[in-house]
Amino acid sequence: MNAAPTDTVQHESIYSGSIASWLTTVDHKRIGVMYGATALLYFIVGGVEALIIRLQLAAPEGAVVGADAYNQLFTMHGTTMVFLVLMPLAAAMFNFLIPLMVGARDVAFPRLNAFSFWTWFFGAILLNLAFFVNQAPDAGWFGYANLTSKQYNPGLGIDFWVLSLQIMGIASIASGVNFTVTALNMRAPGMSLMRMPLFVWMALIVQILMLLAFPAITVGLIFLLFDRFFDTNFYVAAAGGTPVLWQHLFWIFGHPEVYILILPSFGIVSEILPTFSRKPLFGAPFVIFSGILIGFLGFGVWSHHMFTTGLGPIADTAFSLGTMLIAIPTGVKIFNWIGTLWGGHIVMRTPLYFAVGMVALFIVGGLSGIMHASAPIDLQQHDSYFVVAHLHYVFFGGTVFGLLAGVCYWWPKVTGRMLGEGLGKLSFWVMFLGMNLTFFPMHFLGLDGMARRIYTYPAGAGWEQWNLMATVGAFVLTLGVLLFYVNLVRSLRSGEAATPDPWDGATLEWSMSSPPPEYNFAVIPTVNSARPLWLHKYGPTRDISTHTREDGTPPQPDHPVERIELPSPSHWPLVAAAGLTLAGGGTMVGLLPVLAGVAVLVVAVYWWAFQPLERPGNPIFEPARGTE
Amino acid sequence: MEPRSPQPRSISSGRGLCSAVALLVLGGSLAACGLADVPDWSTIQPASDLSRSIQDVYKTVWFWTAGIFVVVELLLVYAIIRYRRRPGDSGVPDQVHGFTALEIAWTLVPAAILFFIAIPTVRTIFEVQQKPPADRIEIAVIGHQWWWEFEYPDLGIVTANELHLPVGRTANLALASADVIHSFWVPRLGGKRDLNPGSENKLWFTPDSVGVFIGQCAELCGTSHANMRLKVFVETADSFDAWVEQQRRPAVQDSVGLQAFLSSGCAACHAIAGTPAQAKIGPDLTKFGSRSTIASGLLANEPDQLAAWLRDPESIKPGVRMPNLNLSEERIASLVAYLRSLR
Repeated sequence: MNAAPTDTVQHESIYSGSIASWLTTVDHKRIGVMYGATALLYFIVGGVEALIIRLQLAAPEGAVVGADAYNQLFTMHGTTMVFLVLMPLAAAMFNFLIPLMVGARDVAFPRLNAFSFWTWFFGAILLNLAFFVNQAPDAGWFGYANLTSKQYNPGLGIDFWVLSLQIMGIASIASGVNFTVTALNMRAPGMSLMRMPLFVWMALIVQILMLLAFPAITVGLIFLLFDRFFDTNFYVAAAGGTPVLWQHLFWIFGHPEVYILILPSFGIVSEILPTFSRKPLFGAPFVIFSGILIGFLGFGVWSHHMFTTGLGPIADTAFSLGTMLIAIPTGVKIFNWIGTLWGGHIVMRTPLYFAVGMVALFIVGGLSGIMHASAPIDLQQHDSYFVVAHLHYVFFGGTVFGLLAGVCYWWPKVTGRMLGEGLGKLSFWVMFLGMNLTFFPMHFLGLDGMARRIYTYPAGAGWEQWNLMATVGAFVLTLGVLLFYVNLVRSLRSGEAATPDPWDGATLEWSMSSPPPEYNFAVIPTVNSARPLWLHKYGPTRDISTHTREDGTPPQPDHPVERIELPSPSHWPLVAAAGLTLAGGGTMVGLLPVLAGVAVLVVAVYWWAFQPLERPGNPIFEPARGTE
Repeated sequence: MEPRSPQPRSISSGRGLCSAVALLVLGGSLAACGLADVPDWSTIQPASDLSRSIQDVYKTVWFWTAGIFVVVELLLVYAIIRYRRRPGDSGVPDQVHGFTALEIAWTLVPAAILFFIAIPTVRTIFEVQQKPPADRIEIAVIGHQWWWEFEYPDLGIVTANELHLPVGRTANLALASADVIHSFWVPRLGGKRDLNPGSENKLWFTPDSVGVFIGQCAELCGTSHANMRLKVFVETADSFDAWVEQQRRPAVQDSVGLQAFLSSGCAACHAIAGTPAQAKIGPDLTKFGSRSTIASGLLANEPDQLAAWLRDPESIKPGVRMPNLNLSEERIASLVAYLRSLR
């Protein structure tokens, strides 16, 4: 019998190596770590932007920043949190985990994966360069035309915004292709779609949403680019164009984007609750299909962002009812999560705290969402602080708590170290308190008529105490986030070593050492259950609908039992991404950088295309002697 | 008709209950000060048929969602407490995979609840967007960066930032924009509606309470979006008629003041009926002295505040199109006197 992996087995760390090895890596695990680390850094940037906003609003007639700076801050806060924090933090987990969870040695297109990362990375830098020329975008993360036109916004800010979103959009579409193919084609033998882990399911839906939604914003951004650079009139009313066209294009992207942001957390929670309840996910097929339904319906509700635009009663009715329908599959998920906890032996560890916190807070955001799904109510709540409260309950309470639950849950697998349990729970409670202190009063501000995106407000409107409370809450929340980061750093420095399966998990990623070897699986596993590792450990359960009565999947052997050849590192994805960003960003400077960027891109893609995946020097792992 | 005073408020209003919850959740004292104020911006103290219709739907939805909130959160908290692993919980719990009848139930029950939310929603959507009643007053609202132009085409009145309406008579607003998208929002009088460049939007409501109602542009429209406020004076029919009468009477022109106005460059943007000043870029100042505020609701129409505005508009409304004309104090004083005489 092969020995189960133990924490005494020392693989050479998959993270050691030169900087060059990181720049050229095509290993999905390293790319995932780079996504995660970068996203956690931008989380600080976006958080600081939010703190300045809250300081400005702490009292009436705030004087911390001026009007223009304030508009830049909330624009960058929204854009940063959506594109530079939440999406890449989810991408970090897709990268690291999808191959491990489906039993693959890498993603379908490893070099395309590296290209996605570097393209996003450079696009994010391009966006933030705007601060350094003191012309950050200032038209909101939604960038409504015609405030973004050259006439009303002559500076470079909108150019930075358009170009970086366009570049990051390419990264999203590329990784959408990559992970769709990975989830569909790279599953281990026996892993039917209904045996695929819930996290991978939700990730797959997210990829498909990205593939279908990003083209819409791409078209909208191209129109805007042409309006700004070549004097076309797509959004110019005086010349027969229509600014409202942008709203449609943006929200046909923007609403599915909301589900792109929340579904990963749904997937994470659907992994964590079963593990810590020590039960299977209650009604797993219903959770899967409700996820699919949410993704599908998500494309038919965009105009609920436009009830005040004046589309008429027929459109208002259709989009109100469509939006309300989404509450049904969302409710099904929540009930199934509670059903999962019900009757379990709930192990109270930090990942569970964050996961349950996510469910509790998301319920608040979901219910306030039902309120403004009703078009008449939305006429009052739209663009008021009520919506700010709603969206932060969804994105902070839902997405961030879900993603942080995932960070806590998979941290041992990624780093080989455990997080501090006491500090983890403390950070949860401080964040939970701060989050509610910050965002709950915003409901009252909205009901009291405070509009969004205003840098100042008069005294005597009855808004002072709620605003002050929100600002105090923001600092409590910040403290909670800092405690979370301290926990991460302490774990890296002196954390207890993680066993391969610290939570008594059910899915394949817990069947190998922590962190996993470079090749992930010494043996490609055979999967007979939705919970292959659990089946191996505890045997068949009374319900056999999700597995046959065959064996579970045993833990991985310590050493390869066959010759494993991994794709070789390549610097061309990095160079191609740099060329693409230079060509895009260069349009703000002149023709020369654009041509240079295009030249770099073409050369890089050419060499990339003719560089064989297997070539001398690529990582090869031979079976250890005596294990044949 | 609701009394002008917002107190006492019934606990059955959504706001009352929200606040009651807030009292429990967030601590009594802070919530109590929230209620002590008279929020003229409140979305849930309706003062028109439109805001009342919205309020009715809101109440219905509020009760359903509040009920769901309590039930679901209690279930969640109960499950966490009841089923946490205890010493002696050896082995694994019963491996329940699901229960189809339960799945069907928690699909159908929310669907049924949505039905009760959808009915008033759809009814109200059509109700508030039907043709306005015949007895109405037409008003053209034009949004500018960052001020409001109000025109009463049937009465021949053009004014800015302060709208006067007779109580009990429908106001039918035709909404348009001179530059970017704005949104007309006076919370107590109803929901918001965008002012789109290149196309006209409609919004109508019938104020049912006399009073002064504050509003604010609700769509990000550039640097001073926050500084684009407005005031609506809902008056009795008599006071409104008196106001109309006063607005249509030509202001007595003080020739020295007018000369100061014309020679300072003000006429490049502003119009004053009956004088050579006829530009349409900034607000019409024909009856400037009759307004209670200046600079779209930022300052009171008082001599010192008007002087401060003329001295440096940018310091009061960042990004404002009105330039600093570097006027002498003497010139400012005569302009203040002249403008305030335009009644």
